[in-house]
Amino acid sequence: MGDLGALLNGAATQSVSPDSLTLHLNSSTPLRMDSGAALAPLTVAYQTYGALNAAKSNALLVCHALTGDQHVANPHPVTGRPGWWETMVGPGRPFDTDRFFVICSNVLGGCMGSTGPASLNPETGEPYGLDFPIVTIADMVRAQALLIDHLGIDTLLCVAGGSMGGMQVLQWAATYPDRVFAALPIATAARHSSQNIAFHEVGRQAIMADPDWRHGRYLVEGTRPGKGLGVARMAAHITYLSESALHRKFGRNLQDRAARTFSFDADFQVESYLRHQGAIFVERFDPNSYLYMTRAMDYFDLAADYGGSLAGAFKGSRTRFCVVSFTSDWLFPTSDSRATVRALNAGGASVSFVEIETDRGHDAFLLDVPELIDTTKGFIDAAARARGVD
Amino acid sequence: MNFARPHAPPRVDLLRVAELVAPKSRVLDVGCGDGALLRLLAEERSVDGRGIELSQQGVNDCVAKGLSVIQGDADADLVDYPDDAFDYVILSQTLQATRQPRVVLEHMLRIGRRAIVSVPNFGHWRIRAQVAFGGRMPVTESLAHSWYDTPNIHFCTIADFVALARDVGATIDKSVALDLAGHPLHRMFSPWAWNLLGDQAIFLLHRKR
Repeated sequence: MGDLGALLNGAATQSVSPDSLTLHLNSSTPLRMDSGAALAPLTVAYQTYGALNAAKSNALLVCHALTGDQHVANPHPVTGRPGWWETMVGPGRPFDTDRFFVICSNVLGGCMGSTGPASLNPETGEPYGLDFPIVTIADMVRAQALLIDHLGIDTLLCVAGGSMGGMQVLQWAATYPDRVFAALPIATAARHSSQNIAFHEVGRQAIMADPDWRHGRYLVEGTRPGKGLGVARMAAHITYLSESALHRKFGRNLQDRAARTFSFDADFQVESYLRHQGAIFVERFDPNSYLYMTRAMDYFDLAADYGGSLAGAFKGSRTRFCVVSFTSDWLFPTSDSRATVRALNAGGASVSFVEIETDRGHDAFLLDVPELIDTTKGFIDAAARARGVD
Repeated sequence: MNFARPHAPPRVDLLRVAELVAPKSRVLDVGCGDGALLRLLAEERSVDGRGIELSQQGVNDCVAKGLSVIQGDADADLVDYPDDAFDYVILSQTLQATRQPRVVLEHMLRIGRRAIVSVPNFGHWRIRAQVAFGGRMPVTESLAHSWYDTPNIHFCTIADFVALARDVGATIDKSVALDLAGHPLHRMFSPWAWNLLGDQAIFLLHRKR
């Protein structure tokens, strides 16, 4: 492991020795996955904020998105940047850490400490690479449920998340309806669209086309498919924004130059911005993990597990839902959220729905959008009152 | 279409509507505003209430009260609800602001075992007088918009609504006309008098099935 350690970048280091709390489960209790695989041993890396009350009734679970992690409200251990949801989680925020116990775990298959393709395969002593079983959203939720068991929490006051995190919220509510008092799926869908699968495939092919990918064995062979992962991130990043937000931010402005250079240099600000986004992403994310995360989203189709009826997934649910979408989100458009709301209504569930007007695209769920913060705060506070949490 | 109620009804209007709702029933309030009626029903009648509201602010107010409210409107969203999902579907002071009042009423009668509809009465004598003698489109306290910026695009009189209810095969179980102060007009008044003196009317209906 000594020689290997020197080859690992920041992300890969976190994947074997995370700056996080960890839950280790040994081989006696393997995780049964949708693919049929039994995974053991299992590590779940997580962060918590605030204090669990005596009744264990004030726990909120935050589910992170595709390239997110458990560092919701503390500086990122690799990049040093602030937590990715500090607008939402902290003292006086909607997920008020003075009142609530906030939990976020790195998803199964992730690269920030939970077991994933960069973790060591006990059978070979090398990183799993592509020998890691395919992960589904339901698998991620199973691993989270083990963590919640470990923390001694029976019912979560709220499960919340955006994008892939929102998929986990819906899965939680469907799989463990009695363990979810309130559910807050944001900018998400109950199934991944054909267009979104297509975008993901472009990203995966970019990674696999990088000669340094080595069929997923780059950690063993000492290479880094950074170019491929960077391109994947650049393409994906465009889908997180909106045309009008890109235009507002960059227009056709040139980058640090007065005129076009008649070359393929990054003349335009938008090009420079995307290259930067690709470059910083490569430092903190594992390329194989990106393959597994995108696949998990592609495979997500909640209705399919309930005889094709999404309403069936939520039938008789006593969970209170608040579904949120954004007008300019074309990756997970409002129509996706409305489909979820229709199904919840048909299933007789208690559901609120808000479509927030913004031009900031899919990424709006991560940004300081006052309407999102107001809605979330109102919903969480009302849920806490209904459950008798001070 | 505007679901901030086109004219803010007096509290008494909500009370009259609430009186028609049986305790512990399931209610959908279409155009629920800030959730005042839903909250009243939850507190006074232990009702399991849901709402639809167009304005973002209204939805946020409702969510903060712990109410379950969907951002949407009657014309677009009622179609998504299954048959007989609610005991009552309430549409208060909003029918005249829908694009397709007849379709909306039919959906209400399909979704709910009962529908409660309150409508401002365009047949009130003051409105008739403004048109007849002033020669201008009427503007009153309760219908405070000029013709060019009004959200109320499908006005009706009490008599018109009764005719619509008959056309869609609904039975009117109860009805009450309210005067300008929100007090019920006497039952002994003739329909003709209601149509002349009522500022608004509230109907409890069901579909024959």
